[in-house]
Amino acid sequence: MATERFPLKSAQFRREREASWRELEELLDRIDEGGLRHLDHDEARRLPTLHRMVTSSLSVARAISLDQNLLEYLTHLACRSHLIVYAGRREPLRAFAAFFGTRLPRLVRAQWRFVALAAGCFVLGLVTGWLLVHADPTRFYSFVPNSMAGSRTPEASDAELRAALHAQTTNDWLAAFASFLFGNNARVGMLCLFVGFAAGVPVAFVLFQNGLSLGAMAALYASRGLGTEFWGWVLPHGVTELLAAFLCGASGFVFGTSLLFPGRASRLENLSRRGRAAGLVVLGAVGLFFVAALFEGFFRQLVHATPVRYATAAAMTLVWIGYFGFAGRKGAHDALED
Amino acid sequence: MPSKTEVRLVMSPEGVALPFELAPPSERAVALLLDLLLLHGLLLLLAGVAIGLTGLGLGGHGAALFLLASFVLRNAYFSFCEIAWGGKTPGKHAFHLRVVSRDGGALSAEAVIARNLTRDFEVFLPFLSLFAPGALLPGLPGWAALLGLGWLLAGGLLPLFNRDHLRLGDMLGGTLVVRAPRVTLLPDVADAAPAPAAATGAAGPRGHVFTLEQLDLYGIEQLQVLERLLRAAETENNGPVLRGVGERIRTKIGWSEWVPESRELEFLQDFYRQQRARLEHKALFGVRQERKREGRLAPAVLAAAKPAKPAQPAEPAGPATRPEPETPAATPEGGHAREPDAS
Repeated sequence: MATERFPLKSAQFRREREASWRELEELLDRIDEGGLRHLDHDEARRLPTLHRMVTSSLSVARAISLDQNLLEYLTHLACRSHLIVYAGRREPLRAFAAFFGTRLPRLVRAQWRFVALAAGCFVLGLVTGWLLVHADPTRFYSFVPNSMAGSRTPEASDAELRAALHAQTTNDWLAAFASFLFGNNARVGMLCLFVGFAAGVPVAFVLFQNGLSLGAMAALYASRGLGTEFWGWVLPHGVTELLAAFLCGASGFVFGTSLLFPGRASRLENLSRRGRAAGLVVLGAVGLFFVAALFEGFFRQLVHATPVRYATAAAMTLVWIGYFGFAGRKGAHDALED
Repeated sequence: MPSKTEVRLVMSPEGVALPFELAPPSERAVALLLDLLLLHGLLLLLAGVAIGLTGLGLGGHGAALFLLASFVLRNAYFSFCEIAWGGKTPGKHAFHLRVVSRDGGALSAEAVIARNLTRDFEVFLPFLSLFAPGALLPGLPGWAALLGLGWLLAGGLLPLFNRDHLRLGDMLGGTLVVRAPRVTLLPDVADAAPAPAAATGAAGPRGHVFTLEQLDLYGIEQLQVLERLLRAAETENNGPVLRGVGERIRTKIGWSEWVPESRELEFLQDFYRQQRARLEHKALFGVRQERKREGRLAPAVLAAAKPAKPAQPAEPAGPATRPEPETPAATPEGGHAREPDAS
């Protein structure tokens, strides 16, 4: 054996490890084509081992090899397998169940202060609107946009106002109406998250303004002695819908405060840590909006007895208190909840 | 190729820093466009079904189905693809783009959902408001609409104004969009040049043997340029370039023997192999010589060194095991002050 004057350790290193790189590369190619399911049991079990071998090869190569192609190859191979090994694929259905079963109520409980703050903004608007319109009905026009009021203005007769509470739509279009409402509300909810970054001010404003409109409307109906019927019309779906709106508002506030008061983490870090939770709550709120839209689209059009409406509203309140107060209290908590 | 794209280091759980190439905003935009085309193709299909249902007298249900399905499709398309497909959508796949977690851990479903929740407002709304400002917020005074438009644009153009090209959604989800192209492992250039057998002593049929002084002149940068040249030589005819490079190397290291053009490739391969071995050896002992040194060796120095050459293998018995002649190797990068200058 000829002793080399300049033994190339890097070449020897490559000869020893190359087989495992090639094997990993071949597995990754097949995964790219058809997903993890195309690997058989043994190959799937080999993947993490090969990944670790490649990352170790990469750090060795960085120390001893000056072959640029080799370094680039190993870097990309390690990146690729990193993405696959840590891709975190999950069964969507199970993830869905876990989310609504435990994760969402926990997240909401963790953010209850912000939910309360959002509710506070809304209630403040509600009371203000009610008081102002109660004192001077013409103010109604300032608080309720025309598009929303429709025929329900101070000029309308009692009969017209009552008719609006008991509108009958043909069954055929109820579903369409419900989907429309759902899409609309869910978008507004997501908008809350989006505008959260301006310190939550737009969120507070939107909540307050919605409170104003509802308060104004309530004052109008109350002035005609239709208050009870009005709330019977609002509450069955309103309980759910308002709760969802509060959740969205709370997420906006979380977003805003995580930027304003990052604590010890950097703003960006803090945003991704707490913002993720906020985003999930919005996702939960979208689920609530869906339920609310079912009530608004079907129940409200089909059931006109005021006592039944009140009973439903009370039942829904209890359901949500039970769900957000007690669901998912058992079991391990994870780190994301503060 | 070492491209000029930006790179972000992600620390993998194995403790190895992985340099991910950031996806350029332009590619992301086109990938998004592809996805939108696909998405709207699907929406058209849905609309067709809804119209068909109306024809069957199920107008309400058709409309409901359409509204609901289009909402779900518009909002779930990206999340669903990215969760089920390891951070890719069809559009991203076309450009080798991928969503990864900024902290190097697993990309969770939550991160994906969070990053896609704001997409509607970052991407769709600015577009819509550009083309139809009135449709966005009907009944607003002009200044308010303008303000809203500015707000939306600021949100939508965010990726252009931060280092990592993060969308607002990326910030929320703690994610990063990277490009993961494929690199193939090419044969080692050093394998083309068999090691000069020291036992045979003087230069054999092909055995350009270089002294340590000669090998200490160049650094890693030049080595890797030479690697690229030699790799290119395998596929294309870059003889003249190689010749020029060979000439320059010979002048610098003071190589007095004439090398015929037919053996130029051989010369460079030999030089590459020994240069790499030398630099790797030095790197192992903690001296990474990145750049070349100024100045050159005079042929006279070489002439003095040359007779010693056959004897050299005997002197450093195990050259790899010991940091032998400390003189040149121990002068690190800044060593060009004390050059064996050509007088």
